[in-house]
Amino acid sequence: MEYIKLIGILIIVLGFALKLDVLAVVLVAGIVTGLVAGLDFVHILEIIGQSFVNNRLMSIFLIMFPVIAIIERYGMKERAAYLIGKIKNASAGKVLSIWMVIRSIASALNIRIGGHVQFIRPLILPMTWAAAEASKGSRLSEKEEEKVRGLSAATENFGNFFAQNCFPASASVVLVQSGLAVAGYDVTLSDIASSAIYVMIISIVLTVIQVLLFDKKVKGGKES
Amino acid sequence: MTDFLGIYFPEFFYVLCGLVCFLTAYRARQNESAKVGTILFWTLTGIIFMFGKVLPSAAVGGMLVVMGCLTVTKQVKIGKFVESTPEFRQASSEKIGTKIFLPAIAVGLIALALSFVKYNVVKDGVATPTALNGAIMTGVACLIAFVLALAICKPKLSDTKEDTSRLLMQVGAACLLPQLLGALGSVFAEAGVGEVISGMISSVVPRGNIVIGVIIYVFGMVIFTMIMGNAFAAFTVITAGIGVPFVISQGGNPAIIGVLGMTAGYCGTLMTPMAANFNIVPCAVLETKDPKWAVIKAQLPMALMMIVVHIILMLVLGF
Repeated sequence: MEYIKLIGILIIVLGFALKLDVLAVVLVAGIVTGLVAGLDFVHILEIIGQSFVNNRLMSIFLIMFPVIAIIERYGMKERAAYLIGKIKNASAGKVLSIWMVIRSIASALNIRIGGHVQFIRPLILPMTWAAAEASKGSRLSEKEEEKVRGLSAATENFGNFFAQNCFPASASVVLVQSGLAVAGYDVTLSDIASSAIYVMIISIVLTVIQVLLFDKKVKGGKES
Repeated sequence: MTDFLGIYFPEFFYVLCGLVCFLTAYRARQNESAKVGTILFWTLTGIIFMFGKVLPSAAVGGMLVVMGCLTVTKQVKIGKFVESTPEFRQASSEKIGTKIFLPAIAVGLIALALSFVKYNVVKDGVATPTALNGAIMTGVACLIAFVLALAICKPKLSDTKEDTSRLLMQVGAACLLPQLLGALGSVFAEAGVGEVISGMISSVVPRGNIVIGVIIYVFGMVIFTMIMGNAFAAFTVITAGIGVPFVISQGGNPAIIGVLGMTAGYCGTLMTPMAANFNIVPCAVLETKDPKWAVIKAQLPMALMMIVVHIILMLVLGF
């Protein structure tokens, strides 16, 4: 019965779906899969231990924490907010486009500028909102309000997701490398990171189109 | 000559990672709840980082099991911290100005520059150009950034220690997830899980058709990520089961297919309420009327278009 080996995937799917403790879920999935495949328990621990140590690179960002600690305490986010706030004659689409570019570059360079709590709520949403009302010339309808909130949150996710693999030592790039290595393909981190640039550029273009279309709708004053 | 840069020098940076964990473990003694568990968790993490290379693998595996027992019984918690005040941050941001970005930008740019550096490894009289180890890239960049941050901000050491521990405790056990999923991938590989999945799919779709292979890989990543809410976990399973046998071994470029597979998964992340911290929490943070789907609705057109983009890019760039 070969299919019993898939039990680990079932454990992961259920465990993540039920929001159980991730560390325990992954460990149980690994151990159970190994056992049903007939591996010896100590050997399973060996595989997990060895692979975990070989993959320490994925967590190398730990040594970045003291740097983040210092620059956050001394006002990096406040300064970014100030600089973005200086944008003049903004429309909602313009604000979100500029944010998308900034967020993507920050993500590609692994700089911690972003976050729904840190940036979108206090800064990007109010600016987008004000700009949309200014270009419409009246208050936003309930539907438009909801759209402004949704798009502001979405732009943050787009910039974060589609640009992060451009940074050669990001956890996802290292995971791609180790996943390929397990299958017998050796590629360098910079090969993987440089392949990620296309997706970043396309995602920026598509985002800009989406938010500018929203601008047009708002200016036309039509209910969307 | 042994490959000092490739084998020994990276360990220096893992020792520094270990120190950050020990610092956090030491701070955890001030925890009001789950004191012992939290101290033990971060001490073990530190030991694995620092001495992982010389410890027996089975011992590391055993330590991870202990750590899993600690997190599943909720024995790892965040302590109480006094954060910097908004007034202090505002005042210092006005004083320091745009220079404050220098350390952050330095990390990115230096790591990027170092990723292009190649050096020769001589083995059996043959010199092969080798890229620097990733730990050196990030490690060197971070050390330079740290010096810059010290010079620009002149922080109090005690503040920096407090903030560092707070950051690590906030991220918590989740920061070890990618590493652990990598380990899970190795167990799956040894157990032959990938072969079972590809065998199942082979019985339905023919192997060898590149277009079909790319489409099922992209959709496999999207759907598994939607179910699990986590593209990293999906990548481990789907790349071994579909990506490698149906796309890469058909002549695809592994680096391009691999990284596109990962971002194809992110398209799934954009569409699933399972990825709560990206899609559900922001609804609450931004007070949308629809508490569950407002962000996902705004993301849907982009996600669908990007799925198509991924299929096209894989076919055009990957082959």
